[in-house]
Amino acid sequence: MSIKNRMSGNEALGEAIRQINPDVMPAFPITPSTEIPQFVSNMIANGQVDTEFIPVESEHSAMSAAMGSEAAGARTITATSSCGLALMWEVLYVAASSRLPIVMCCVNRGLTGPLNINAEHSDSMGARDSGWLQIYAENNQEAYDNMLMAHRIAEHPDVRLPLMICQDGFITSHAVENILLEEDGPIREFVGKYEPEHYLLNEKETMAMGPYANSPYCMEAKRAQVQGMMNAKQVILDVAKEYAKISGREYGLFEEYKMNDAKYVLVAIGSACGTIKDAVDELRKEGIKAGMIKVRVFRPFPADELAKALSKASVVAVMDRAESYSGQGGPLGAETMAAMYRNKCTAEAINVVYGLSGRDVTVKDIKKLYLQLISIEANGAKGREYQYLGLRG
Amino acid sequence: MENTFNFKEIQGRDDRLAPGHRMCAGCGGGIAVRNVLKALHPGDKAVVGNATGCLEVSTFTYPYTAYEDSYIHNAFENAGATLSGVETAYNVLKRQGKITDNYKFITFGGDGGTYDIGLQSLSGAMERGHDMVYVCYDNGAYMNTGTQRSSATPMYADTTTTPAGKVSAGKPQYRKDLAAIMAAHNIPYVGQTTFIGNMKDLYVKAEKAIYTEGPAFLNIMAPCPRGWRYEAPELMNICKAAVDTCYWPLFEVVEGKWILNYQPKNKQPIEEFLKTQGRFKHLFKPENEHYIAEFQAELDRRWEDLLNKCNA
Repeated sequence: MSIKNRMSGNEALGEAIRQINPDVMPAFPITPSTEIPQFVSNMIANGQVDTEFIPVESEHSAMSAAMGSEAAGARTITATSSCGLALMWEVLYVAASSRLPIVMCCVNRGLTGPLNINAEHSDSMGARDSGWLQIYAENNQEAYDNMLMAHRIAEHPDVRLPLMICQDGFITSHAVENILLEEDGPIREFVGKYEPEHYLLNEKETMAMGPYANSPYCMEAKRAQVQGMMNAKQVILDVAKEYAKISGREYGLFEEYKMNDAKYVLVAIGSACGTIKDAVDELRKEGIKAGMIKVRVFRPFPADELAKALSKASVVAVMDRAESYSGQGGPLGAETMAAMYRNKCTAEAINVVYGLSGRDVTVKDIKKLYLQLISIEANGAKGREYQYLGLRG
Repeated sequence: MENTFNFKEIQGRDDRLAPGHRMCAGCGGGIAVRNVLKALHPGDKAVVGNATGCLEVSTFTYPYTAYEDSYIHNAFENAGATLSGVETAYNVLKRQGKITDNYKFITFGGDGGTYDIGLQSLSGAMERGHDMVYVCYDNGAYMNTGTQRSSATPMYADTTTTPAGKVSAGKPQYRKDLAAIMAAHNIPYVGQTTFIGNMKDLYVKAEKAIYTEGPAFLNIMAPCPRGWRYEAPELMNICKAAVDTCYWPLFEVVEGKWILNYQPKNKQPIEEFLKTQGRFKHLFKPENEHYIAEFQAELDRRWEDLLNKCNA
């Protein structure tokens, strides 16, 4: 039985963590994720969880301690944002290649230059090739639900990879919205206990982790790691089905909004999808066949599934809340278009960079963009293939 | 805690660093690890940590490991933080009743991973009070990458980033005193040692470090035949010269109290240490004698400072 409440995205993650009751949490404060380790520290201080908090002196040490703890056999989480994630960079790769199912609450914020604390996906998008699974939330409800499913996915024997639960800084992490929470009993049964097959503190066998591996072995290890990523797609869907039995809320790799007959489609990630849905609703009233795809799982990337969903569209705008400085678009754009090309999608596609450093995105902005897609259908995309939304003139 | 040293019994213990690893002949790193691990009481288990370096790439080359205990290597600069995570996990799993055995936590890093790139991670782990030992095997340069200077490199050493040349006498700075920095963390135990005689000093300090509750730091001078340029059999003579010249004093800091473990009857001039190694060869040219005098003056100042701290 779901319980109605209202809270921010960070509070929702705090509640999920209380229910999961992880063994260890090393973390270092950074806006806008700071509240999460604070909530956990409070829960520890009040005896609500059995978690050990490690107040490390940096994010590099947070990820390093997380690796040590998870390798030792303890279920381990951490939380960070922006520059904190960047400082973890080196160890993200080590954790993933060591097949350690650490779960991170990533509250998305732009990377510095200039210093800015607001929502952007450049932090986790920069880490997209580190071997971590990435699941993004549109709102507090999804952040909560994703967190509760995280360990089941990451720890699955077919996967064994670390996972980032991403939500937009401030817009989701700090704004208070309605939410449905689940009861402790069924959630604890669903999440289950962490029973790793091999770990450092196994009294029955020793284990060595983190070898120097030369070329005869390294390539096979990396290929095996990719297999875990590929396998994750099915595991994510299976876990979502099981979670739906408790919550009534089921999730796919992405969400299709009014896509049945959609000709003009926006593909996006995160909180902006709520705004886009409103724009789609208004356009539909005007008789415009607008639709939207919200990418929820970015790693593994649902390439074929996404291309199939876009196969009947006329014009697609892929929305990036991150620059990649390639000079031709952002990361979601590059991956979506590659998927469309490989699957012989005939739709015209453009890449739109929006909402950097927390720049507001309105229903009006989005509606204008849909109208542009109609014009592209008639006149072609030339000169508009890669553009910025809401840039001051 | 008793510290009885029975050479025969200790050397008769099973090795926890198995033979067959790929460290160089005459390398101090392997000797340090093997002897520190000998100080684990039989029956106690351990998780051994390791910063990236010669030791790591030579003892855990996939698919072989030289460690009889569980072992974790993460990266270059985070051995302290990594083992702090392992130790925390142990406390949790023990509390949950998932573990009943007694585990000890010992991590090894070279001076690069400890004095320099890993100093922050080490400082954090020590300050947080984890029950673990950080052992620095100090060979005074980045040996794994080819003898670049570190902050542990002695003054005037010829390294590949401080080469002695026509207008350079080698590294311009004296070495960082890491043991003192660790002592300033007010942790329960800090020890500095090297390979002397039958390894009693090293054994006693390793045992104290491992079996003192809370964080402990052990600094072991571990010569490197490639970087220091000596013939392998000279290793023990070099260590003796380091101690007799007071270049590498043997001391410990127990609960904040500084204790000098060895005071040479006749303190030898620093030349006795410098002349044993090719990295100081340039100092013995007649025109460079003043550099040796400067080295001696700085060493004397630091030795006096240590005597004062130890009330010796």
